[in-house]
Amino acid sequence: MHNRLIQLNADYAAAIDDDRLEDWPGFFAADCLYRVTTRANYRRGLPAGLIYADSRDMLADRVLSLRKANVYEMQSYRHLVGVPRVLRADPQGGLKAATSFLVMRIDRQGGTDVFATGQYLDEIGADGDGLRFKVRDVVCDSSRIDTLLALPL
Amino acid sequence: MAATIDTGLAGPAAAWPVGVYDKAPYWLFQREDVLRAEQERIFQGRVWNYLVLEAEIPRPGDFKTTFAGSMPVVVTRDQDGEIYAFENRCAHRGALIVLDDYGNAAEHTCVYHAWRYDCQGRLRGVAFEHGVRGKGGMPAGFCREEHGPRKLRVTVFCGLVFGSLHDEVAPIEEYLGEEVCERLERVLAGRPVEVIGHFTQTLPNNWKLYAENVRDTYHASLLHTFFTTFGITRLTQEGGVLVSEDGGNHASASYSRVLEGEESAYASQAIRSDNGELRIADLSMLESTDEFGDGIVLQILSVFPGFVLQQIHNCIAVRQILPTAVDSTDLNWVYLGFADDTPERRRMRLKQSNLVGPAGFVSMEDGAVGGFVQRGIAAAGELSSVIELGGHDTQSQDHRVTESSIRGFWRAYRTHMSL
Repeated sequence: MHNRLIQLNADYAAAIDDDRLEDWPGFFAADCLYRVTTRANYRRGLPAGLIYADSRDMLADRVLSLRKANVYEMQSYRHLVGVPRVLRADPQGGLKAATSFLVMRIDRQGGTDVFATGQYLDEIGADGDGLRFKVRDVVCDSSRIDTLLALPL
Repeated sequence: MAATIDTGLAGPAAAWPVGVYDKAPYWLFQREDVLRAEQERIFQGRVWNYLVLEAEIPRPGDFKTTFAGSMPVVVTRDQDGEIYAFENRCAHRGALIVLDDYGNAAEHTCVYHAWRYDCQGRLRGVAFEHGVRGKGGMPAGFCREEHGPRKLRVTVFCGLVFGSLHDEVAPIEEYLGEEVCERLERVLAGRPVEVIGHFTQTLPNNWKLYAENVRDTYHASLLHTFFTTFGITRLTQEGGVLVSEDGGNHASASYSRVLEGEESAYASQAIRSDNGELRIADLSMLESTDEFGDGIVLQILSVFPGFVLQQIHNCIAVRQILPTAVDSTDLNWVYLGFADDTPERRRMRLKQSNLVGPAGFVSMEDGAVGGFVQRGIAAAGELSSVIELGGHDTQSQDHRVTESSIRGFWRAYRTHMSL
Protein backbone atom coordinates (compact mmCIF):
# COMPACT_ATOMS: atom_id res chain seq x y z
CA MET A 1 0.00 0.00 0.00
CA HIS A 2 2.83 2.36 0.88
CA ASN A 3 4.34 1.88 -2.56
CA ARG A 4 1.00 2.67 -4.20
CA LEU A 5 0.82 5.86 -2.17
CA ILE A 6 4.33 6.88 -3.25
CA GLN A 7 3.37 6.16 -6.85
CA LEU A 8 0.17 8.21 -6.50
CA ASN A 9 2.12 11.23 -5.24
CA ALA A 10 4.75 10.85 -7.95
CA ASP A 11 2.10 10.65 -10.68
CA TYR A 12 0.27 13.64 -9.21
CA ALA A 13 3.42 15.77 -9.19
CA ALA A 14 4.39 14.69 -12.70
CA ALA A 15 0.99 15.70 -14.08
CA ILE A 16 1.50 19.24 -12.84
CA ASP A 17 5.21 19.53 -13.58
CA ASP A 18 4.81 18.10 -17.09
CA ASP A 19 1.99 20.53 -17.86
CA ARG A 20 -0.64 17.82 -18.07
CA LEU A 21 -3.02 19.82 -15.91
CA GLU A 22 -6.02 18.18 -17.54
CA ASP A 23 -4.96 14.95 -15.81
CA TRP A 24 -4.81 16.60 -12.41
CA PRO A 25 -8.52 16.41 -11.42
CA GLY A 26 -8.44 12.67 -12.09
CA PHE A 27 -6.36 12.14 -8.95
CA PHE A 28 -9.36 13.20 -6.86
CA ALA A 29 -12.66 11.59 -5.91
CA ALA A 30 -15.74 13.23 -7.46
CA ASP A 31 -16.79 14.77 -4.13
CA CYS A 32 -13.30 15.69 -2.97
CA LEU A 33 -12.09 18.63 -0.96
CA TYR A 34 -8.96 20.35 -2.26
CA ARG A 35 -7.77 23.37 -0.36
CA VAL A 36 -4.56 25.40 -0.43
CA THR A 37 -3.97 27.17 2.85
CA THR A 38 -1.13 28.13 5.14
CA ARG A 39 0.10 26.84 8.47
CA ALA A 40 -0.99 30.03 10.24
CA ASN A 41 -4.55 29.52 9.03
CA TYR A 42 -4.50 25.78 9.63
CA ARG A 43 -3.39 26.11 13.24
CA ARG A 44 -6.13 28.61 14.00
CA GLY A 45 -8.73 26.49 12.29
CA LEU A 46 -9.57 29.21 9.77
CA PRO A 47 -11.48 27.59 6.94
CA ALA A 48 -10.83 29.85 3.93
CA GLY A 49 -8.30 28.81 1.33
CA LEU A 50 -6.29 30.37 -1.46
CA ILE A 51 -8.00 27.65 -3.46
CA TYR A 52 -11.12 25.94 -2.12
CA ALA A 53 -12.70 23.27 -4.27
CA ASP A 54 -15.25 20.79 -2.97
CA SER A 55 -15.76 18.84 -6.16
CA ARG A 56 -13.64 17.34 -8.91
CA ASP A 57 -15.58 19.49 -11.35
CA MET A 58 -14.31 22.61 -9.59
CA LEU A 59 -10.76 21.38 -10.16
CA ALA A 60 -11.49 20.82 -13.84
CA ASP A 61 -12.99 24.32 -13.99
CA ARG A 62 -9.80 25.73 -12.53
CA VAL A 63 -7.71 24.01 -15.19
CA LEU A 64 -10.01 25.27 -17.92
CA SER A 65 -9.82 28.78 -16.53
CA LEU A 66 -6.01 28.63 -16.36
CA ARG A 67 -5.93 27.49 -19.97
CA LYS A 68 -8.55 29.80 -21.42
CA ALA A 69 -9.19 32.80 -19.20
CA ASN A 70 -6.47 33.69 -16.74
CA VAL A 71 -3.48 35.78 -17.66
CA TYR A 72 -0.14 34.85 -16.18
CA GLU A 73 3.40 34.62 -17.45
CA MET A 74 4.61 31.27 -18.63
CA GLN A 75 5.93 29.31 -15.68
CA SER A 76 6.41 25.78 -14.48
CA TYR A 77 6.89 23.92 -11.23
CA ARG A 78 9.17 21.17 -10.05
CA HIS A 79 7.62 19.26 -7.17
CA LEU A 80 9.87 17.35 -4.81
CA VAL A 81 7.53 15.20 -2.76
CA GLY A 82 8.68 13.45 0.38
CA VAL A 83 7.95 9.96 1.60
CA PRO A 84 4.31 9.76 2.75
CA ARG A 85 3.85 9.36 6.48
CA VAL A 86 0.82 7.13 6.93
CA LEU A 87 -1.15 8.37 9.90
CA ARG A 88 -3.96 5.87 9.74
CA ALA A 89 -4.92 2.93 7.57
CA ASP A 90 -8.38 1.47 7.98
CA PRO A 91 -9.30 -2.09 6.97
CA GLN A 92 -11.43 -0.87 4.05
CA GLY A 93 -8.33 0.58 2.43
CA GLY A 94 -8.80 4.20 3.47
CA LEU A 95 -5.67 6.09 4.39
CA LYS A 96 -4.70 9.25 6.15
CA ALA A 97 -1.27 10.51 5.28
CA ALA A 98 0.97 13.54 5.66
CA THR A 99 3.59 14.23 3.02
CA SER A 100 6.09 17.06 2.78
CA PHE A 101 6.57 18.93 -0.46
CA LEU A 102 8.97 21.46 -1.92
CA VAL A 103 7.88 23.27 -5.05
CA MET A 104 10.31 25.25 -7.15
CA ARG A 105 8.88 27.71 -9.66
CA ILE A 106 10.69 28.34 -12.93
CA ASP A 107 9.73 31.68 -14.45
CA ARG A 108 9.76 32.96 -18.01
CA GLN A 109 13.20 34.54 -17.61
CA GLY A 110 14.55 31.21 -16.41
CA GLY A 111 14.85 32.03 -12.73
CA THR A 112 14.26 29.12 -10.39
CA ASP A 113 13.01 29.94 -6.91
CA VAL A 114 11.56 28.14 -3.96
CA PHE A 115 7.88 28.88 -4.40
CA ALA A 116 6.34 26.84 -1.62
CA THR A 117 7.10 24.26 1.02
CA GLY A 118 4.59 22.51 3.19
CA GLN A 119 2.62 19.37 3.78
CA TYR A 120 -0.10 17.54 1.98
CA LEU A 121 -2.59 16.34 4.57
CA ASP A 122 -4.50 13.66 2.71
CA GLU A 123 -7.41 11.34 3.05
CA ILE A 124 -7.18 8.73 0.36
CA GLY A 125 -9.58 6.03 -0.64
CA ALA A 126 -9.73 3.22 -3.13
CA ASP A 127 -11.96 4.48 -5.91
CA GLY A 128 -12.66 2.19 -8.83
CA ASP A 129 -9.38 1.47 -10.56
CA GLY A 130 -7.07 3.19 -8.13
CA LEU A 131 -6.37 5.41 -5.16
CA ARG A 132 -7.89 8.87 -5.17
CA PHE A 133 -7.73 11.85 -2.88
CA LYS A 134 -10.91 12.42 -0.92
CA VAL A 135 -9.27 15.30 0.87
CA ARG A 136 -6.04 17.01 -0.05
CA ASP A 137 -5.32 19.90 2.28
CA VAL A 138 -2.23 21.67 0.99
CA VAL A 139 -0.79 23.44 4.02
CA CYS A 140 1.99 25.82 2.99
CA ASP A 141 4.58 26.62 5.65
CA SER A 142 4.76 30.30 4.77
CA SER A 143 1.89 32.77 4.91
CA ARG A 144 3.27 34.47 1.85
CA ILE A 145 2.55 33.86 -1.81
CA ASP A 146 4.90 35.47 -4.28
CA THR A 147 3.01 37.38 -7.00
CA LEU A 148 0.32 34.81 -7.70
CA LEU A 149 -0.63 31.17 -7.38
CA ALA A 150 -1.66 30.03 -10.83
CA LEU A 151 -0.69 26.37 -11.26
CA PRO A 152 -1.94 24.08 -8.50
CA LEU A 153 0.31 22.68 -5.80
CA MET B 1 7.45 72.48 -2.63
CA ALA B 2 8.66 69.81 -5.02
CA ALA B 3 12.21 70.91 -4.39
CA THR B 4 12.07 69.44 -0.88
CA ILE B 5 12.44 66.02 -2.48
CA ASP B 6 16.08 65.91 -3.50
CA THR B 7 15.40 64.59 -6.96
CA GLY B 8 18.93 64.04 -8.15
CA LEU B 9 17.53 64.39 -11.65
CA ALA B 10 17.26 67.53 -13.67
CA GLY B 11 13.89 68.92 -12.73
CA PRO B 12 11.73 65.80 -13.01
CA ALA B 13 9.14 67.35 -10.73
CA ALA B 14 8.76 70.11 -13.27
CA ALA B 15 7.54 67.50 -15.72
CA TRP B 16 4.57 67.00 -13.43
CA PRO B 17 2.93 70.38 -13.41
CA VAL B 18 0.96 71.34 -10.35
CA GLY B 19 -2.71 70.38 -10.59
CA VAL B 20 -2.16 67.59 -13.11
CA TYR B 21 -3.74 64.30 -12.09
CA ASP B 22 -4.22 62.67 -15.49
CA LYS B 23 -0.62 61.58 -15.78
CA ALA B 24 1.85 60.14 -13.31
CA PRO B 25 5.56 60.31 -14.04
CA TYR B 26 7.21 56.92 -13.76
CA TRP B 27 10.02 58.11 -11.47
CA LEU B 28 7.41 58.06 -8.72
CA PHE B 29 7.57 54.27 -8.81
CA GLN B 30 11.34 53.97 -8.94
CA ARG B 31 13.05 56.20 -6.46
CA GLU B 32 14.24 55.53 -2.94
CA ASP B 33 13.96 59.19 -1.98
CA VAL B 34 10.32 59.21 -3.01
CA LEU B 35 9.66 56.12 -0.89
CA ARG B 36 11.36 57.75 2.11
CA ALA B 37 9.38 60.94 1.62
CA GLU B 38 6.16 58.90 1.42
CA GLN B 39 6.87 57.32 4.77
CA GLU B 40 7.34 60.71 6.36
CA ARG B 41 4.65 62.70 4.57
CA ILE B 42 1.97 60.10 3.93
CA PHE B 43 2.17 57.15 6.28
CA GLN B 44 3.37 59.28 9.20
CA GLY B 45 1.51 62.30 7.90
CA ARG B 46 -2.03 63.51 8.10
CA VAL B 47 -3.64 60.17 7.20
CA TRP B 48 -5.46 57.31 8.88
CA ASN B 49 -3.56 54.06 8.31
CA TYR B 50 -5.70 50.94 8.49
CA LEU B 51 -4.11 48.77 11.20
CA VAL B 52 -6.25 45.77 12.19
CA LEU B 53 -9.82 44.64 12.63
CA GLU B 54 -11.33 45.14 16.04
CA ALA B 55 -12.42 41.50 15.83
CA GLU B 56 -8.76 40.43 15.72
CA ILE B 57 -8.16 41.76 19.24
CA PRO B 58 -11.47 41.11 21.03
CA ARG B 59 -10.27 40.56 24.62
CA PRO B 60 -8.31 42.74 27.05
CA GLY B 61 -4.61 42.03 26.57
CA ASP B 62 -5.03 40.89 22.96
CA PHE B 63 -2.47 42.31 20.59
CA LYS B 64 -1.56 42.14 16.94
CA THR B 65 1.47 43.47 15.13
CA THR B 66 1.06 45.39 11.91
CA PHE B 67 2.52 48.35 10.02
CA ALA B 68 1.91 51.99 9.21
CA GLY B 69 3.79 52.08 5.92
CA SER B 70 7.19 50.72 6.87
CA MET B 71 6.78 51.52 10.56
CA PRO B 72 6.19 48.39 12.65
CA VAL B 73 3.22 48.90 14.97
CA VAL B 74 1.69 47.01 17.90
CA VAL B 75 -2.06 47.30 18.36
CA THR B 76 -3.42 46.23 21.74
CA ARG B 77 -6.61 46.17 23.72
CA ASP B 78 -5.91 47.24 27.28
CA GLN B 79 -7.73 46.19 30.43
CA ASP B 80 -9.97 49.25 30.06
CA GLY B 81 -11.26 47.78 26.78
CA GLU B 82 -9.78 50.62 24.72
CA ILE B 83 -7.53 50.03 21.74
CA TYR B 84 -4.03 51.47 21.69
CA ALA B 85 -1.29 51.46 19.09
CA PHE B 86 2.39 52.23 19.38
CA GLU B 87 5.51 51.87 17.32
CA ASN B 88 7.01 48.41 17.70
CA ARG B 89 10.41 49.80 18.62
CA CYS B 90 12.05 49.69 22.01
CA ALA B 91 12.91 53.13 23.34
CA HIS B 92 16.27 51.81 24.47
CA ARG B 93 18.15 50.60 21.41
CA GLY B 94 15.42 50.28 18.84
CA ALA B 95 14.72 46.54 18.78
CA LEU B 96 11.25 45.21 18.03
CA ILE B 97 9.33 44.96 21.29
CA VAL B 98 6.78 42.38 20.15
CA LEU B 99 7.91 39.50 17.98
CA ASP B 100 4.64 37.57 17.59
CA ASP B 101 2.00 38.26 14.97
CA TYR B 102 -0.73 38.16 17.60
CA GLY B 103 -1.36 36.99 21.14
CA ASN B 104 -2.48 38.05 24.57
CA ALA B 105 -0.24 39.67 27.17
CA ALA B 106 -0.59 41.98 30.15
CA GLU B 107 2.67 43.68 29.22
CA HIS B 108 5.39 43.52 26.59
CA THR B 109 9.08 43.05 27.29
CA CYS B 110 11.83 43.72 24.80
CA VAL B 111 14.01 40.61 24.53
CA TYR B 112 17.22 42.60 24.10
CA HIS B 113 17.58 44.22 27.55
CA ALA B 114 14.18 43.45 29.11
CA TRP B 115 12.71 46.92 29.00
CA ARG B 116 9.06 46.48 29.86
CA TYR B 117 6.00 48.23 28.40
CA ASP B 118 2.32 48.22 29.30
CA CYS B 119 -0.47 47.69 26.78
CA GLN B 120 -0.47 51.37 25.94
CA GLY B 121 3.22 51.34 25.07
CA ARG B 122 4.29 53.21 28.22
CA LEU B 123 7.69 52.26 29.57
CA ARG B 124 7.09 50.56 32.93
CA GLY B 125 10.36 48.88 33.73
CA VAL B 126 14.05 49.21 32.95
CA ALA B 127 16.25 46.25 33.88
CA PHE B 128 18.91 47.17 36.44
CA GLU B 129 17.58 50.72 36.48
CA HIS B 130 19.10 51.24 39.91
CA GLY B 131 22.17 49.14 39.25
CA VAL B 132 23.36 46.02 41.03
CA ARG B 133 24.54 46.33 44.63
CA GLY B 134 24.84 50.05 44.25
CA LYS B 135 26.89 49.87 41.09
CA GLY B 136 25.89 50.97 37.62
CA GLY B 137 22.30 51.59 36.67
CA MET B 138 20.73 54.56 34.94
CA PRO B 139 21.92 58.02 35.86
CA ALA B 140 20.05 59.93 38.54
CA GLY B 141 18.12 62.10 36.10
CA PHE B 142 16.74 59.20 34.07
CA CYS B 143 12.98 59.43 33.82
CA ARG B 144 10.99 56.52 32.38
CA GLU B 145 8.11 58.77 31.39
CA GLU B 146 10.39 60.58 28.96
CA HIS B 147 11.07 57.40 26.99
CA GLY B 148 8.83 55.20 24.98
CA PRO B 149 7.92 54.28 21.43
CA ARG B 150 5.83 56.72 19.45
CA LYS B 151 2.11 56.41 20.12
CA LEU B 152 -0.49 56.44 17.38
CA ARG B 153 -3.84 58.12 17.59
CA VAL B 154 -6.43 55.39 17.21
CA THR B 155 -9.93 55.51 15.85
CA VAL B 156 -12.39 52.71 15.17
CA PHE B 157 -14.95 52.86 12.36
CA CYS B 158 -17.25 49.93 11.60
CA GLY B 159 -14.87 47.56 13.37
CA LEU B 160 -11.86 48.82 11.40
CA VAL B 161 -9.01 50.14 13.54
CA PHE B 162 -7.13 53.06 12.03
CA GLY B 163 -4.05 54.78 13.43
CA SER B 164 -2.38 58.09 12.77
CA LEU B 165 0.93 59.59 13.75
CA HIS B 166 -0.21 63.13 13.04
CA ASP B 167 -1.82 65.40 15.63
CA GLU B 168 -3.90 67.26 13.09
CA VAL B 169 -5.50 64.39 11.23
CA ALA B 170 -9.20 64.96 10.54
CA PRO B 171 -11.80 62.91 12.42
CA ILE B 172 -12.38 59.63 10.61
CA GLU B 173 -15.85 60.45 9.27
CA GLU B 174 -14.55 63.66 7.78
CA TYR B 175 -11.45 61.91 6.46
CA LEU B 176 -13.50 59.23 4.72
CA GLY B 177 -16.18 61.57 3.43
CA GLU B 178 -19.89 61.05 3.90
CA GLU B 179 -20.46 58.87 0.85
CA VAL B 180 -17.52 56.56 1.48
CA CYS B 181 -18.67 56.23 5.11
CA GLU B 182 -22.05 55.09 3.84
CA ARG B 183 -20.49 52.55 1.49
CA LEU B 184 -18.36 51.17 4.34
CA GLU B 185 -21.33 51.04 6.69
CA ARG B 186 -23.33 49.27 4.01
CA VAL B 187 -21.03 46.25 4.32
CA LEU B 188 -19.74 46.35 7.87
CA ALA B 189 -22.03 48.32 10.17
CA GLY B 190 -23.83 46.55 12.95
CA ARG B 191 -22.69 43.05 12.07
CA PRO B 192 -19.84 41.48 14.04
CA VAL B 193 -17.30 40.04 11.62
CA GLU B 194 -15.30 36.85 11.92
CA VAL B 195 -11.94 36.29 10.27
CA ILE B 196 -12.16 33.16 8.11
CA GLY B 197 -8.68 33.33 6.59
CA HIS B 198 -5.70 35.57 6.00
CA PHE B 199 -2.93 35.55 3.40
CA THR B 200 -0.06 37.77 2.37
CA GLN B 201 0.70 38.31 -1.29
CA THR B 202 4.05 39.78 -2.28
CA LEU B 203 3.63 42.08 -5.25
CA PRO B 204 6.69 42.74 -7.41
CA ASN B 205 5.90 46.41 -7.81
CA ASN B 206 5.69 49.79 -6.15
CA TRP B 207 2.73 50.11 -3.75
CA LYS B 208 1.18 52.92 -5.76
CA LEU B 209 0.74 50.67 -8.79
CA TYR B 210 -1.55 48.51 -6.68
CA ALA B 211 -3.30 51.57 -5.23
CA GLU B 212 -4.01 52.59 -8.84
CA ASN B 213 -5.12 49.09 -9.81
CA VAL B 214 -7.67 48.96 -7.00
CA ARG B 215 -9.19 52.26 -8.15
CA ASP B 216 -9.06 51.26 -11.81
CA THR B 217 -12.55 50.37 -13.04
CA TYR B 218 -11.29 50.39 -16.63
CA HIS B 219 -9.25 47.19 -16.48
CA ALA B 220 -11.75 44.94 -14.75
CA SER B 221 -13.42 43.36 -17.77
CA LEU B 222 -10.36 43.70 -20.00
CA LEU B 223 -7.66 42.06 -17.89
CA HIS B 224 -9.89 39.75 -15.89
CA THR B 225 -11.60 37.64 -18.52
CA PHE B 226 -12.92 34.82 -16.37
CA PHE B 227 -16.57 35.83 -16.60
CA THR B 228 -16.55 36.75 -20.26
CA THR B 229 -14.53 33.72 -21.37
CA PHE B 230 -17.11 31.38 -19.95
CA GLY B 231 -20.05 33.41 -21.11
CA ILE B 232 -21.19 33.87 -17.56
CA THR B 233 -23.95 36.40 -17.80
CA ARG B 234 -24.41 38.50 -14.76
CA LEU B 235 -26.97 41.11 -14.05
CA THR B 236 -24.37 43.75 -13.63
CA GLN B 237 -25.06 46.19 -16.37
CA GLU B 238 -25.03 49.32 -14.29
CA GLY B 239 -22.37 50.78 -12.13
CA GLY B 240 -20.69 53.87 -10.91
CA VAL B 241 -17.76 55.23 -9.04
CA LEU B 242 -17.73 57.80 -6.30
CA VAL B 243 -14.66 59.68 -5.24
CA SER B 244 -14.23 61.54 -1.97
CA GLU B 245 -13.75 65.28 -2.13
CA ASP B 246 -10.01 65.11 -1.49
CA GLY B 247 -9.70 62.36 -4.10
CA GLY B 248 -8.06 59.79 -1.85
CA ASN B 249 -10.98 57.49 -1.10
CA HIS B 250 -13.30 55.84 -3.54
CA ALA B 251 -16.03 53.26 -3.90
CA SER B 252 -16.95 51.66 -7.18
CA ALA B 253 -20.01 49.51 -7.54
CA SER B 254 -21.72 47.24 -10.01
CA TYR B 255 -25.43 46.89 -9.62
CA SER B 256 -27.69 44.06 -10.54
CA ARG B 257 -30.55 45.11 -12.80
CA VAL B 258 -32.96 43.30 -10.55
CA LEU B 259 -32.94 45.44 -7.48
CA GLU B 260 -35.48 43.46 -5.58
CA GLY B 261 -36.67 39.95 -5.61
CA GLU B 262 -36.55 36.62 -4.06
CA GLU B 263 -33.04 35.45 -3.27
CA SER B 264 -33.08 32.11 -5.00
CA ALA B 265 -34.43 33.69 -8.16
CA TYR B 266 -31.57 36.13 -7.99
CA ALA B 267 -29.08 33.31 -7.65
CA SER B 268 -30.41 31.29 -10.54
CA GLN B 269 -30.80 34.29 -12.83
CA ALA B 270 -27.45 35.71 -11.99
CA ILE B 271 -25.53 32.72 -13.22
CA ARG B 272 -25.58 31.45 -16.76
CA SER B 273 -22.64 29.86 -18.40
CA ASP B 274 -23.43 29.35 -22.06
CA ASN B 275 -20.45 29.96 -24.20
CA GLY B 276 -20.84 26.85 -26.34
CA GLU B 277 -17.75 24.74 -25.84
CA LEU B 278 -16.37 26.54 -22.82
CA ARG B 279 -18.53 25.79 -19.86
CA ILE B 280 -18.04 25.92 -16.14
CA ALA B 281 -18.94 22.46 -14.86
CA ASP B 282 -19.63 23.33 -11.23
CA LEU B 283 -21.58 26.55 -11.02
CA SER B 284 -22.04 26.27 -7.26
CA MET B 285 -18.96 28.46 -6.85
CA LEU B 286 -20.93 31.32 -8.36
CA GLU B 287 -24.07 30.97 -6.29
CA SER B 288 -24.67 34.09 -4.28
CA THR B 289 -27.33 35.93 -2.37
CA ASP B 290 -28.17 39.60 -2.26
CA GLU B 291 -27.26 39.84 1.40
CA PHE B 292 -27.28 43.61 1.51
CA GLY B 293 -30.63 43.81 -0.21
CA ASP B 294 -29.61 46.54 -2.64
CA GLY B 295 -28.61 44.60 -5.74
CA ILE B 296 -24.98 45.66 -5.57
CA VAL B 297 -23.01 42.58 -6.54
CA LEU B 298 -19.59 44.15 -6.48
CA GLN B 299 -18.21 47.00 -4.45
CA ILE B 300 -14.56 47.93 -4.23
CA LEU B 301 -13.75 50.66 -1.75
CA SER B 302 -10.43 52.27 -0.99
CA VAL B 303 -9.23 54.57 1.74
CA PHE B 304 -6.05 56.54 1.25
CA PRO B 305 -3.32 55.48 1.52
CA GLY B 306 -3.50 51.71 1.76
CA PHE B 307 -6.88 50.25 2.70
CA VAL B 308 -9.30 48.30 0.54
CA LEU B 309 -12.67 46.77 1.37
CA GLN B 310 -13.97 44.32 -1.18
CA GLN B 311 -17.45 42.88 -1.59
CA ILE B 312 -17.64 40.57 -4.58
CA HIS B 313 -20.99 38.86 -4.24
CA ASN B 314 -20.74 37.31 -0.76
CA CYS B 315 -16.96 37.29 -0.68
CA ILE B 316 -15.89 40.01 1.72
CA ALA B 317 -12.29 40.88 2.42
CA VAL B 318 -10.12 43.71 3.59
CA ARG B 319 -6.76 44.32 2.01
CA GLN B 320 -3.87 46.28 3.48
CA ILE B 321 -1.29 47.69 1.05
CA LEU B 322 2.18 48.06 2.59
CA PRO B 323 5.30 49.21 0.78
CA THR B 324 8.34 47.03 1.52
CA ALA B 325 10.73 48.49 -1.09
CA VAL B 326 10.56 50.70 -4.17
CA ASP B 327 9.59 47.68 -6.25
CA SER B 328 7.97 45.44 -3.66
CA THR B 329 4.68 45.56 -1.80
CA ASP B 330 2.96 43.38 0.75
CA LEU B 331 -0.73 42.90 0.20
CA ASN B 332 -2.38 41.51 3.32
CA TRP B 333 -5.73 39.86 2.70
CA VAL B 334 -8.19 39.11 5.48
CA TYR B 335 -11.25 37.16 4.37
CA LEU B 336 -14.34 37.84 6.41
CA GLY B 337 -17.59 36.22 7.37
CA PHE B 338 -20.19 37.50 9.78
CA ALA B 339 -20.94 36.00 13.17
CA ASP B 340 -24.55 35.37 12.17
CA ASP B 341 -23.68 33.42 8.99
CA THR B 342 -25.66 30.25 8.48
CA PRO B 343 -23.50 27.24 7.55
CA GLU B 344 -24.80 27.58 3.97
CA ARG B 345 -23.85 31.25 3.80
CA ARG B 346 -20.40 30.52 5.20
CA ARG B 347 -19.84 27.77 2.66
CA MET B 348 -20.91 30.15 -0.07
CA ARG B 349 -18.24 32.62 1.06
CA LEU B 350 -15.59 29.90 1.12
CA LYS B 351 -16.42 28.81 -2.41
CA GLN B 352 -16.61 32.35 -3.76
CA SER B 353 -13.19 33.06 -2.26
CA ASN B 354 -11.88 31.21 -5.33
CA LEU B 355 -12.63 34.39 -7.24
CA VAL B 356 -10.22 36.57 -5.25
CA GLY B 357 -6.79 36.52 -3.68
CA PRO B 358 -3.45 35.38 -5.11
CA ALA B 359 -5.12 32.41 -6.84
CA GLY B 360 -8.43 34.11 -7.61
CA PHE B 361 -10.15 33.52 -10.94
CA VAL B 362 -10.85 37.23 -11.26
CA SER B 363 -7.92 38.69 -9.36
CA MET B 364 -4.78 36.62 -9.88
CA GLU B 365 -3.83 38.90 -12.76
CA ASP B 366 -3.60 41.86 -10.39
CA GLY B 367 -0.72 40.14 -8.64
CA ALA B 368 1.32 40.20 -11.80
CA VAL B 369 0.20 43.24 -13.74
CA GLY B 370 1.88 45.70 -11.38
CA GLY B 371 5.11 43.84 -12.02
CA PHE B 372 4.55 44.15 -15.77
CA VAL B 373 4.39 47.92 -15.30
CA GLN B 374 7.38 48.02 -12.95
CA ARG B 375 9.45 46.12 -15.53
CA GLY B 376 7.99 47.99 -18.48
CA ILE B 377 8.95 51.41 -17.16
CA ALA B 378 12.51 50.41 -16.23
CA ALA B 379 14.04 52.88 -18.69
CA ALA B 380 11.19 55.39 -18.72
CA GLY B 381 11.66 57.30 -15.48
CA GLU B 382 11.11 60.65 -17.14
CA LEU B 383 8.01 59.60 -19.05
CA SER B 384 4.46 59.45 -17.71
CA SER B 385 1.37 57.28 -17.79
CA VAL B 386 -1.87 58.40 -19.45
CA ILE B 387 -4.85 58.55 -17.09
CA GLU B 388 -7.37 60.41 -19.23
CA LEU B 389 -10.27 57.99 -19.53
CA GLY B 390 -13.42 59.90 -18.66
CA GLY B 391 -11.70 63.27 -18.65
CA HIS B 392 -9.17 65.04 -16.47
CA ASP B 393 -10.92 65.61 -13.19
CA THR B 394 -11.62 63.56 -10.09
CA GLN B 395 -15.40 63.73 -9.86
CA SER B 396 -17.75 60.89 -9.03
CA GLN B 397 -19.27 59.24 -12.13
CA ASP B 398 -22.44 57.28 -12.75
CA HIS B 399 -20.51 54.85 -14.95
CA ARG B 400 -17.22 53.04 -14.74
CA VAL B 401 -15.68 53.93 -18.07
CA THR B 402 -13.48 56.40 -16.29
CA GLU B 403 -10.18 56.68 -14.48
CA SER B 404 -11.59 59.33 -12.20
CA SER B 405 -10.74 57.49 -9.00
CA ILE B 406 -7.12 56.95 -10.08
CA ARG B 407 -6.84 60.68 -10.71
CA GLY B 408 -8.38 61.13 -7.26
CA PHE B 409 -5.59 59.05 -5.77
CA TRP B 410 -2.96 61.26 -7.40
CA ARG B 411 -4.72 64.36 -6.22
CA ALA B 412 -4.64 63.18 -2.62
CA TYR B 413 -1.08 61.94 -3.09
CA ARG B 414 0.12 65.31 -4.34
CA THR B 415 -1.63 67.08 -1.48
CA HIS B 416 -0.01 64.91 1.17
CA MET B 417 3.39 64.88 -0.50
CA SER B 418 3.37 68.65 -1.14
CA LEU B 419 4.39 67.67 -4.64
